[in-house]
Amino acid sequence: MADTITTLEPQPAGPAEPKLAVRDLVVTRRTASGEVITATDRLTFEVATGEFVCLLGPSGSGKTLLLNVLAGLEVPTSGEALLDGRPIDGPGPDRAVLFQEPTLFPWLTVRDNVELPLELAGMPAAQRRTVADQWLATVHLERWADAQPHELSAGMRQRAALARALAADPDVLLSDEPFGALDAQARELLQAEVQRVWVGSGDRKTFLFVTHNVREATLLADRVLVMSAAPGRLLEEFRIHAPRPRSLDDVLVARVVSEIHDMLMREVDASVAREMAR
Amino acid sequence: MSRARWLARELGPPLVGIGGVISIWAIAAALTETTAIPSPMAVWSAFIDGVRDGTIQEAAAKTLIRLAFSFVVAVAFGTALGLVLALNEFARRAIRPLVVALQITPFVAWVPLAVIWFGATERAVVFVTIVGSFPAMTLATLQAIRQVPPLYERTGRTLGAKGWALYRKVILPAALPGVVAGLQQAWGFAWKALTAGELIVAAAHAGLGHLLGRPGADVPTLLAALAVILVIGVAVDYLLFGRLDRRIRRRRGLLVET
Repeated sequence: MADTITTLEPQPAGPAEPKLAVRDLVVTRRTASGEVITATDRLTFEVATGEFVCLLGPSGSGKTLLLNVLAGLEVPTSGEALLDGRPIDGPGPDRAVLFQEPTLFPWLTVRDNVELPLELAGMPAAQRRTVADQWLATVHLERWADAQPHELSAGMRQRAALARALAADPDVLLSDEPFGALDAQARELLQAEVQRVWVGSGDRKTFLFVTHNVREATLLADRVLVMSAAPGRLLEEFRIHAPRPRSLDDVLVARVVSEIHDMLMREVDASVAREMAR
Repeated sequence: MSRARWLARELGPPLVGIGGVISIWAIAAALTETTAIPSPMAVWSAFIDGVRDGTIQEAAAKTLIRLAFSFVVAVAFGTALGLVLALNEFARRAIRPLVVALQITPFVAWVPLAVIWFGATERAVVFVTIVGSFPAMTLATLQAIRQVPPLYERTGRTLGAKGWALYRKVILPAALPGVVAGLQQAWGFAWKALTAGELIVAAAHAGLGHLLGRPGADVPTLLAALAVILVIGVAVDYLLFGRLDRRIRRRRGLLVET
């Protein structure tokens, strides 16, 4: 057990600079009624190059806002968000984002959607078609390349969005509960797909994956960061050494799932109690 | 589905509507027996006469040439202005109220001024048409751009689109259905303004609107001219803009097939 899970002990500092770093990050947001809510409260963590980290937490723990800060779509209130040691300043093709909604553009075919980031990067037409077709084959959508997004099922759309995110060869993939809106079967297929694509790729992408699904996190991550209810702080960190590809039937995986699950339930209970006491 | 059945389904309801109006009209004409309400047959023969002596074709050609020019200018200018207003908040706050004012001004009110500025010429009619139709295009373009879901813009930015590329590749394509709705609206305004302008500015020789204002014309001739104006207006709306609109929406999965 000891080598499966490490709690919040300081990790020995690696020689390499972390790919992503968040230091004392505070993000606030304003509700429609004008109330200012602290979404994350002095959050600090790092993600190493090629690491797969899942951010797990109850809804309202500021996970989405945090991800948007790293994507460059939101500006933090205080603290730092760093990419390769440099402050993040706007979105960039070095970081791909998978949103909860696949947001394929409905006026483009599936292939044109996947080609779009390549086109924006200035890749010649013939080359980007080759790259797009390769990625569509990787996510088993080669037969749907010329379809319009609305002809695809929700799971297929999210697979196309994954292909689009990976086609531009980003260093970092940020995902915001990308499988949250899918049915259980589609979700399972996509989790397997992500594992396969990520493990199979030569130089592994750095992956930061937001979810509130404990099984998903345990199945996918090298490390799971558990966040508290709002304002989001880091509660605990779990390192998962189970070999890949993982299965939920794996005893080791099942044990970690139940441990994280219990901890998360205690946090949800506590936050409900705090809410009631107000 | 066979082509015949498709045609019946497509054209059936409008034909029933038109047939109903013509039936009521024929009954009213038969009952009143005044020259103010001629029978549909009388109007039809006036139309045939007009086609035979060439006045209707000549007038329609003149009107359509004026319209094509005015409409292209109005759409180009209106869309460009809408884009500028969408891009720049200061311009939007400064200019949008003026465009709204133009939009709610009856275009006929411009005719006397246009005649003073340009004389009783074709140019006056073209001016009235452009002023009467570009505001609809500007407001529709502005509205369409502002209604683009924010998630599209965010997605576009994370895919590496910024500045003009973000507009060209994401915002404008997303706004296209709204812009086409504006085209359809601007077409209606342009057609109305042009034929009304032709009617008033008699010196803007020929034209379908001019047929309506010919001194001494009898009622069947007037109604025949009016019918030609209506049919051309509806045909362009339905066959050109309606088709374009349905094609765009079908491609995006926004059209529910019944």
